[in-house]
Amino acid sequence: MSRPLIMPLAILALASLIAMVLSVGIGSVSVSPGDVVAVLMGDGSNLQQTLVLELRLPRTLAAFATGGLLAVAGALMQVLLRNPLADPYVLGLSGGAAVGALLAMMAGLGGFIVSGSAFAGALLATLMVFGLAHGTGSWTPSRLLLTGVVVAAGWGAVITLMLAISPAQRLPGMLYWLMGDVSYARSPWPALGLLLLVCLLVVPLGRSLNVLARGPMQAAALGVSVRPLEWTIYILASLLTATAVTMAGSIGFVGLVVPHMLRLVLGNDQRLILPACALAGGTLLVLADTLARVVIAPEQLPVGVITALLGVPTFLYLLYRSR
Amino acid sequence: MNPLRAKQLVIDIPDRADGQPLDFTVEPGQVWGVLGPNGAGKTTLLHILAGLRAPRKGTVQLGEHSLSELKRRQISQQLGLVFQDRQDGFPATVLETALIGRHPWLSPWQMETGEDERIARHALEKLDVAHLSDRLVNTLSGGERQRVAIATVLTQAPDTWLLDEPTNHLDLHHQVAVLQLLTEQARSGRSVFMCLHDLNLAARWCDHLLLLFPNGDACWGPAERMLVPAALERLYNQELLTVEVDGAPLFVPVKR
Repeated sequence: MSRPLIMPLAILALASLIAMVLSVGIGSVSVSPGDVVAVLMGDGSNLQQTLVLELRLPRTLAAFATGGLLAVAGALMQVLLRNPLADPYVLGLSGGAAVGALLAMMAGLGGFIVSGSAFAGALLATLMVFGLAHGTGSWTPSRLLLTGVVVAAGWGAVITLMLAISPAQRLPGMLYWLMGDVSYARSPWPALGLLLLVCLLVVPLGRSLNVLARGPMQAAALGVSVRPLEWTIYILASLLTATAVTMAGSIGFVGLVVPHMLRLVLGNDQRLILPACALAGGTLLVLADTLARVVIAPEQLPVGVITALLGVPTFLYLLYRSR
Repeated sequence: MNPLRAKQLVIDIPDRADGQPLDFTVEPGQVWGVLGPNGAGKTTLLHILAGLRAPRKGTVQLGEHSLSELKRRQISQQLGLVFQDRQDGFPATVLETALIGRHPWLSPWQMETGEDERIARHALEKLDVAHLSDRLVNTLSGGERQRVAIATVLTQAPDTWLLDEPTNHLDLHHQVAVLQLLTEQARSGRSVFMCLHDLNLAARWCDHLLLLFPNGDACWGPAERMLVPAALERLYNQELLTVEVDGAPLFVPVKR
């Protein structure tokens, strides 16, 4: 495990930089990579400055932050539940967020209130699942997972109901939100800050997470205070997911697939996997969002469709190739 | 080293009366064996002694302190536990698995160093699994996994070893090799406390025995005083023939 962690992270960081420069450059008016770098250095024409700094860069950064948050949240949930099928949404988080956002949209509210309402919904869903799973008995991963899945199904029904009774003119916006859309995103900086903070937190927590992945009893026997660590992971993963969902609606698949792809290639040392998830998840979503903007330009596709279309074959290929 | 001590300990088995409270000290240099039929509470007792479960009554002490006063990290620097069953949700290599034994000894900010890896590799060699270092644990046979689990605790280097059926899945040669290793550990001033199913292995390798009866009764003491055929027959509800071989008693079940 003392293998250099730097090399894979450096490669992923380079890939994400390239993806971001490409994403900022490509669009209705192209900006060459050289010009993108020039604008970022403070040069370039006025048009290019506006295009890059005000229109495209915030969206690209928001996509990066969303993808990174979802992938890290997924990796954390998989360690917490010791279940490879866990993803940030499995505990009904996105359902709660969606109900919150759609309620605000039905009421004809927009902008900040939709985001705030989604965030509140996500946190409510988290508390609900945790409270119910805890119940009077013990808190086991399978119980938590089952509670989450059932609560998620409940949210799903509420969402369908809301769509069915909503006025027709509000439906496109609501559907787009459900499919995930980065163009709703506002300032990317809080999310990016959170992502960076988590990556730093992982340095001291990483080895304990590795031990926890061997099961709670084994972890306790090796000196890990299991319950506080599990709480930390749960709260952290929920916060990350809620932030991501609030920024970009529910984008499936990133949180499930990115951690697994990286594990197949890099092994399962959380100190490497978690920062790698931040970079790879971000890169995947930046690329997906770029494609979503250009494939049927000037129309846009929901980015969730692209992540799934890119992710499914890549994942299946890696799984097929692996031992 | 701090001796492990059970004080008026009653293990919590559902629907069972308290029975005889356990009160014993595992001194440095001793090898203890726990014998009892299925469901007598052997695994539960080990988990309680490791501080992973609460007893119904009584306390477990490590030196001067009761386990509940100590931090998990402090306990794990003195007590190591080989589990009977282990889950590996995510694939890991044999070397990575042994290396987690170093966890109690590293601060949160430290990475494993070459020295840690040397300790882990040495443990793998001792258990005759060094050639499997790069294999994924979930591709190993039951006996190989058992040896990797013991190597992990050897890497942890605790003063007191707790082991749940350490000879499970092992072939005869490796059973003897593992028990030999544990005896060496005891000779170097550590102590060993293990559940065993094989009466004859216990008779040959343990110097102290604890008999756990299914109704909650228990007795403990030096091995030669515990190996009374009548008591063992009552323990397992099985008639036994006793012969003496190589200075140790050998128990054979009566065939009807």
